Amino acid sequence: MTTTATLEGRDVAARGDGLGGDHHGDRARRRARAREKAAQWLFLAPAIVYVLVFFGYPVVKNLTMGFQEYTTRTFYTGEAPWVGFANYAEVFRSSIFGTTVVNTVLFTVGSIVGQFVLGLLLALYFRRRFPLSNVMRSLLLLPWLLPVIAGTSVWKWMLDQDSGVLNQVLRGLHLVSDPVPWLTSPDVALLGVVIVNVWLGIPFNSALLYSGLQDIPDELYEAGALDGATGWKAFWHITWPNLRGVVNVVLVLGVIYTLKVLDIILGLTGGGPANATQTLATDSYRRSFTEFSFGTGAAVSNVLIVVSLVFAVVYLRVNRRAVDE
Amino acid sequence: MQRTSTLRQLPYTLLGLVFLALMLFPVYWMVNTSFQGGGTAASSSFFPTDPTFDGYRRALSQQTGNLLTSLVVAIGTVVVSLAIATPAAYALSRFRLRGMGVFSFGLLIAQMIPGIVIANSLYSLFNDVGLLNSVPGLVLADATHAVPFAILIMTAFMRSIPPSLAEAARVDGAGHFRAFWSIIVPVSRNAIVTAGLFSFLFAWSDFIFALTLTTSDTVKPITLGIYDYLEGNVQSWGPVMATTVMSSVPAIILLVFAQRFIAAGALGGAVK
Repeated sequence: MTTTATLEGRDVAARGDGLGGDHHGDRARRRARAREKAAQWLFLAPAIVYVLVFFGYPVVKNLTMGFQEYTTRTFYTGEAPWVGFANYAEVFRSSIFGTTVVNTVLFTVGSIVGQFVLGLLLALYFRRRFPLSNVMRSLLLLPWLLPVIAGTSVWKWMLDQDSGVLNQVLRGLHLVSDPVPWLTSPDVALLGVVIVNVWLGIPFNSALLYSGLQDIPDELYEAGALDGATGWKAFWHITWPNLRGVVNVVLVLGVIYTLKVLDIILGLTGGGPANATQTLATDSYRRSFTEFSFGTGAAVSNVLIVVSLVFAVVYLRVNRRAVDE
Repeated sequence: MQRTSTLRQLPYTLLGLVFLALMLFPVYWMVNTSFQGGGTAASSSFFPTDPTFDGYRRALSQQTGNLLTSLVVAIGTVVVSLAIATPAAYALSRFRLRGMGVFSFGLLIAQMIPGIVIANSLYSLFNDVGLLNSVPGLVLADATHAVPFAILIMTAFMRSIPPSLAEAARVDGAGHFRAFWSIIVPVSRNAIVTAGLFSFLFAWSDFIFALTLTTSDTVKPITLGIYDYLEGNVQSWGPVMATTVMSSVPAIILLVFAQRFIAAGALGGAVK
């Protein structure tokens, strides 16, 4: 109570001070300050314009397109009649929608779990210093730096049912008797696509987790060792609690990146066989760019925007907490 | 002492090599297949015992133009992205303007917008203004991969520059632009190079805009050249793998020669 009163008092005093001033100097100073502000804004102007045109406009346009009948004809006639929720009704009623949602969830969860677990194991392994460990760690980044479609195409070859190397090895080791139809059977295609995405995601996961591990002070482990915390116990009581912030960031970013994956699936299966690998992202692409039904395509990708936004909010909260810690 | 500890660590190195070999096997397989002829899809052997350049010859005859297109688009994207992002990073790191917080927040969100959303809308916009099937169109679209990332990592770097550096120049009568150009840009060279390298990689690897914003063969990036192979029923993987090897060259060069920039970018962009 007392603090508020003092603060208010000081506020009034400050305002009183400002009243008696030299008007001319004020205006000149104000003009100089306006010019200074304008110069500062000029540095930001190109970026603001770019972000508005290439991020702001597309999101708004996508939202409105979802309520329009927007087809190839629109590009010639310029007519895109408003149809209310007809696009959404069509999308939600279509038999494929349930499949794409389930596939999106399975693809995302499968990819994240695989990438994270393997990435964490690699990060933990390479925390130990041994000859060549640094060189190996940077070579591990390679799959992440290659064009995704390049990685995708070699995997398509490796997963080939008849002459792919994976089936050759599996049969050579007598792990399977018949060649696995990795990308051609509706039952296993989603697994095949997940395997490839896990491979692509491991470097990103392990690099971020490795940097998180580096930030845990050695003293914690030394103190823990005195109390008998080594090996698994040390991981559970020291490493994991201290890594939580980074773990959360890695997981949420992983979800956001996985939701928008398009190239891997289009390159490996094209969403098939029988829509077994069709996700929200590929379905939106299919509707807009192979069926030229931009209205329903936009409706599907608006669903994607909402899901991504939810995770974006989670990311921002989690990231702030990670920085606070 | 030193030698015994190195010897004791040898098993770790060996096991590490096993992990690395497993992770990089697909890359090896890509190179291996690329040297195994332009013939049929018959199982290739584990080593290119009888190497041939047929795959590369056929790939080059079909893809040289696409490789050049990708190169031009990637360089254009670097120029555009840096021109937009460097001054913005300077402003975000130095000035206090109302609304700047909203802008930074917008950048974070922008990175999370799915590419298909942007492609959906840009298709009709580009159709109206005649940017479909054009290099400038692809450059502008590909910069969406790079601009937010470049602004964020360069801002983080420029915050670490002592404010006195630019202020000294301004006291000497230099305007903001002079201070920016002759002090901040040279001092930030490393951050700018990192942002530029990643902009190049992002644009070179771009698939979604190549796929959606081109409809003819006149302007076709290499990623789409590869996709064309995959869409058909591949009969002969030699040329396909030769093309993917060539499309991977920039990433490999960067990993070998620009290691420290890559490490800085990989971590800077995501967490901070």
